Formats: sequence, C-alpha cells, structure tokens
Amino acid sequence: MVITRKAEFSASHVCRRAELSEEENRRLYGASANPHGHGHNYVLEVSLQGEPDPVTGMVLDLKELKDILTREVIEPYDHRFLNYEVPPFDRVVPTTENLARDIWQRLEPHLSASRARLHSVRVYETPDLYVDYSGESPCSV
Amino acid sequence: MFRVTRRYQFAASHRLHAPQLSDPENRQIYGKCNNPYGHGHNYEVEVSARGPLDGSGRAVDIGRLDELVAQHVLEPFAHRNLNLDVSSFERLVPTAENLAVEICRRLKDNWRTVFPGDWPRLERVRIAETARNICEVYAHDIA
Repeated sequence: MVITRKAEFSASHVCRRAELSEEENRRLYGASANPHGHGHNYVLEVSLQGEPDPVTGMVLDLKELKDILTREVIEPYDHRFLNYEVPPFDRVVPTTENLARDIWQRLEPHLSASRARLHSVRVYETPDLYVDYSGESPCSV
Repeated sequence: MFRVTRRYQFAASHRLHAPQLSDPENRQIYGKCNNPYGHGHNYEVEVSARGPLDGSGRAVDIGRLDELVAQHVLEPFAHRNLNLDVSSFERLVPTAENLAVEICRRLKDNWRTVFPGDWPRLERVRIAETARNICEVYAHDIA
C-alpha cells in the first residue's frame, strides 16, 4: 500500500554553472539562468510504501510524516534562495531533478526504522512540470 | 533514475462515430459523443520521460521536449476538428484511448530527432479529455 503526503514551499533559485559561459548557460537553462534568480511555489508529494498496522490501521501516522517533512525539508527550504542558503545547492544546480534527489536523501534516514519505507518523491516546480524520484534504482512504472 | 513529466494543453473538437456501425448503434455506444456536429474539449496531455542526470543536472531538456510536442502534437491538433483535420483520425475514432496511442506513437517515432542519445527515453503519455476522463499508455506497449 502506498500513502502520500503533500507539502508546499516557496523558494527562489537560479540554474547556471560557474564554469560555463553566459551563452552556454542560456542555451542549457534558458530563462532559468537569469543571474538574479526567480522563484516557484513548489509542491512536494512524498509517498511511503508499507502495510497498515493491524491495530491502528495506519501505515504510518501521517502527523509523524508531516513533522518529518516540516523539519527536514520545509523549514530548511521554505522562503530561501536555494543556491545561497541551502546546501548542497551552493555546488549542485537546483534543477527539479536535483531537488527531488536531495529531498529523498534528507527523508530516507528518518523513515528507514518505521513500518513504512520511502517509495517516491515527487516535486512540482509548476503545475505543468514535475519530477519523480525513487532512489537510485530504475523508476517503477 | 528520474521520471520527468511535462503537462500540455490543447483545445480540439471531435465526434465519436464508427463508420462500420449503423447510426442507432453509434448512438447507443457513444451517446452524446456521437452528436453529428461534434463537440470540443480542453485536452490535457502529460508526457513522461525517464533517464539519469546529464551534465546539466537534469534528466530531460524541457526545451527540446516542448519543441517535439509542439511540432508533432500541439500544432497539428490544437484548434482543429480531429476527425476532419487530422488524417490519423480519418478512419480511426478519436476516443481518448486512440488519441493517447496516436500521440505516443508520434512522439516515439520522432524522439530521436531531439533526443539522439540513449537517454532520456519516452515512458508514458497520459491524456485527460475532461478532469474525470483520463487515459494513459506506455511507450513500450506501442508498436
């Protein structure tokens, strides 16, 4: 069984790499390379896989998941300029893909001891663009 | 491995009518969707591709995907009558199922013009005819 909790954060970012020229950054990242950055209302969906506890009927108390999400992701990310304020984005380009992987890495250690294991992280940069990440193994269909 | 999904919109009209069937049979099978003059939808199409990160920190170059979808789906389909203006549907009923397969096939056939390498690979096309009527197909299921 898969359960999903949704959370939101607003942050700014810029997609560019210092070792590339202005022209190369433009070609690669388009308007996302604008030097002073820009922002999004990101939406995060975190899914856990597990079987419901026979007594409580819950895979994981969603309040507990909310607390982990808030502490590990929302508090460090929300209303920040990711490149300047949230490592590893001082050295890793904060594409949606890299956000999904960083969020996975932040959450995974806090969920490994529970009945549920982390199944996937979905990050919406806009309502029309999102990324799914399920760890280093190939995406399940 | 990452799956990146991009959502697109187009507006088009269609009529569900199978020429092999009689008029009463068509009305019985397709109901209101068989009304003779057709009707329209704001279609939403989600295209998913998967792959590892490239040197830019992305799995899919969204600009290239946009270009591919614009050329092979949005430009030929948007603000058209699918039955009359899109040759694929001359003999094929433009149900959500057939549209999903047709869009997936167009993207798959032309994928290498914008993504010549091993990755990313087209994974899935999902089309919503209305908010409550959705069909999805996987690229590996399309011949």
